[in-house]
Amino acid sequence: MKLHEYQAKSLLARYGVPMLPGLPATNAADAVEAAKTLGGEMWVVKAQIHAGGRGKGRFKEDVSAEEIAKASRGEDAAGKGGVRLARSLDDVAAHTTAMLGKTLVTKQTGVEGKQVNTIYVAAACDIAKEFYLAITLDRSNNRIVFMVSAEGGMDIEDVAHHRPEAIVRVHIDSAVGVGAWQGRAMAAHLGIKDAKQQANAVKFFQAIYKAYMELDCAMLEINPLVLTADGSLYALDAKMDIDGNAEYRHPDIQAMRDLSEEDATEIEASEIGISFIKLDGEIGCLVNGAGLAMATMDIIQFSGGSPANFLDVGGGANQKQVEAAFRIITKDPNVKGILVNIFGGIMKCDVIAQGVIGAVKEVGLTVPLVVRLAGTNADLGKKILAESGLNVIPASNLGEAALKIVAAVKGA
Amino acid sequence: MSILVNKDTRVICQGITGKSGAFHCHQMLAYGTKLVGGVVPGKGGTTFEDTGVPIFNSVAEAMAETGANASVIFVPPPFAADGIMECVDADIDLAICITEGIPVRDMLNVARFMQGKRTRLIGPNCPGVITPDECKIGIMPGHIHKKGSVGVLSRSGTLTYEAVGQLSDVGLGQSSCIGIGGDPIIGTKHIDVLKLFNADPETEAIIMIGEIGGTAEEEAAAWIKANMKKPVVGFIAGATAPPGRRMGHAGAIISGGQGTAESKYAALEDAGVHIVRSPADMGKRMKELLGR
Repeated sequence: MKLHEYQAKSLLARYGVPMLPGLPATNAADAVEAAKTLGGEMWVVKAQIHAGGRGKGRFKEDVSAEEIAKASRGEDAAGKGGVRLARSLDDVAAHTTAMLGKTLVTKQTGVEGKQVNTIYVAAACDIAKEFYLAITLDRSNNRIVFMVSAEGGMDIEDVAHHRPEAIVRVHIDSAVGVGAWQGRAMAAHLGIKDAKQQANAVKFFQAIYKAYMELDCAMLEINPLVLTADGSLYALDAKMDIDGNAEYRHPDIQAMRDLSEEDATEIEASEIGISFIKLDGEIGCLVNGAGLAMATMDIIQFSGGSPANFLDVGGGANQKQVEAAFRIITKDPNVKGILVNIFGGIMKCDVIAQGVIGAVKEVGLTVPLVVRLAGTNADLGKKILAESGLNVIPASNLGEAALKIVAAVKGA
Repeated sequence: MSILVNKDTRVICQGITGKSGAFHCHQMLAYGTKLVGGVVPGKGGTTFEDTGVPIFNSVAEAMAETGANASVIFVPPPFAADGIMECVDADIDLAICITEGIPVRDMLNVARFMQGKRTRLIGPNCPGVITPDECKIGIMPGHIHKKGSVGVLSRSGTLTYEAVGQLSDVGLGQSSCIGIGGDPIIGTKHIDVLKLFNADPETEAIIMIGEIGGTAEEEAAAWIKANMKKPVVGFIAGATAPPGRRMGHAGAIISGGQGTAESKYAALEDAGVHIVRSPADMGKRMKELLGR
C-alpha cells in the first residue's frame, strides 16, 4: 500500500528521523494557517500524489498536450510543477489554489495523471548537498539493502543506468541492524568526512532502518536526502510502500489508505478477493492463478491480440466471484472479446461453468466468449456450457483458446 | 528415483484441522501419501477426523512418535513463520509451506534463522511438491500427473498444472514437480531445484517456468550454462505485464528496468535453454526434444 509524503513523514517522525517540519492542507486558508504555524519566511508547497517526479510534473489544466507529453516522459516542459517555493503567505495561498483539484502528470503517473486533493506545506531550508537513499529487500540474498547515491534529486533509474558505480549498496543483517561502521561507510560515500557529521548520519540511518522494519515497509525512498549548510541530514521527501501482507498489524496505517489514488474497479475487485489490473487491450481475461493469468495475457499477444486486463480469480473462487469477475471485465468499453481460462485444481470446472452461465444471464453477452476448461471436473463443466444454449465458443487447450478469441475479435 | 519426496516420505501436517489443511490432507491421503500425523498445539492426543491420523502438540513430538521426515504447513499467515521455524528447530528434512500472505519481515527472520540448519524449505505461497504415483504434498490436483522422467519447476500453481497437463497430454510423464512459490523470500530457488534434477538419474529433461521480477531466472541461467547436463525447456510468464504493477505474486514486478521477460529470455537462450515464447508450446517442445 502506497502512502503520501505527508503520511510517510508522520510515521517516520515517530522514529526520530530528522525532517523539516511540515503540515498537510486541503484548501488555501488551511495552507496559510499551516505556514503560519510552521513560522519562517519561506515555505515549499508540494502536491500530494502517489507518484514521484512531482517537481518536473505539469498540470493538465495549465499547459498544452505537447507539454504534458514531455512531462510524462520526465523531460523539461513549459509551465509550473507540483513543488513550488513560496516567499510569502500570499504565495502559499496562490500555489495551493493553483494545484488543488488539478491533474498532475509526472514521469511516474503516465499521461492520464493524478488528481491533487491534498498539498503539503513544508519549511524551506538551506541545502548544501542533495543525496538519494532507498531501502528495500534484495531478493538475491534475502537481506534488506540500503542504496545511497551522492547524485540526489536525480532520477535514480537514470543514475543506475548511466553511472551504476555512483550507487553504493549496503546489506543489513536483520539480527544486527545498521552497524555504525556501515553508517559511516555510507556517509563517507556521500562525501561526509567530518566525524561529528558522520556520527549524525549513523543515527539517521539507524533511525530510518528501525522505521522501515517496524512499519513493515516494502520500499522506502528518500529523494532527496539533504545535507544542510550546518552539516545536518534531513529527509526532504519520503516515498513509502507498505507490505500488503503485513497491513493487518498496522490499523493506523490502513486508515491512511487513499482510495481516490486507486482505480475504482481494482478496489471493487480486491474487495471480493479478485486480483485485477486494467490494461489497454481489447481481450478481457478471466483466469485462476497469477502465473497462468500472466501466461494467458502473453499467449493472447503471441497470437496477435492484446489483453484488456490481468484477472486472477484465485485458487478457490466460487460462483459469485466468477460472476463478479465477469461484471468487472464487461464494464470496460474496450473489451471486444472475453477469454475464460481455468485450470481446475481446488477449483472445480463445473462451478466455473455455472458462474459463467449465471454471469452471462445477468449482464448479457455482446462480445464473443471463448471458454477453456481443464483439470478437475473439466468434462462436466464443458457439458454444462454446451447444454446451456449460450453462445460460448469452447476450446480444448490454451493455444486453441487464444487463437479462437483473437480470430473472433478480429472478425467482429 | 525422484527428487525431494518419494513413496517412503513420512509426512506430518501443521494446521491439519484448519479448513484448507483438512481438505488437502484428505486429498493427500486419497493420493496415497504417507500422512503419519498432524500438529495442532493444544489438540495433542486426538485424531484427524475419522482417518485415525494422530495429532500432536508439537513438531518435535510428532517426529519422535511417527518418524516423520517432512512437514506441510497450512498455518494462517500471522503464525506461519513461527510454524516454519518450529520445523527447522526440530531438524526435519523438508518443510513445505503452502500459506499465502506471510509478511516479508517474518520471512526475513526465517531466512536468518535457517542459516546453518539442515532443513530444506519449499515455499511459502506455493502449490507444493509431487512425485507422481508415490507422494503428493500440497494442493495440486493429483490426477493430472503421470509417472515419468520430466522434471517440472515453477513459481506458480496453475501454470505448473498447465505444464504438467501438456506433458501428460503428449504422453510424457513427470519425475517430480516442484512449485517453489511466488513470494519475494522463498526457501528454495530455481537453481537449487535444478541442481537436484541434474543429479537425479531418473530425470531426463526439465521444464523450468519463470516469471517477471527479480533475477532468480538469470542466476539459474548462469548455473545451467556452466553445469546442466540435461535439456531444459524454459518459459517466462509476464512478457506483456506493464512495469511497476504487481501481477498477483508479490515477487512478480518489473522495477527499475530489472526483471523483464526479455532479459530473462536472453539469459536462458544464452545458456542453451530451449525457450518457448508461447505457454501452449511447453509440452510440444519437450516432446520434440526427447524425440518420442
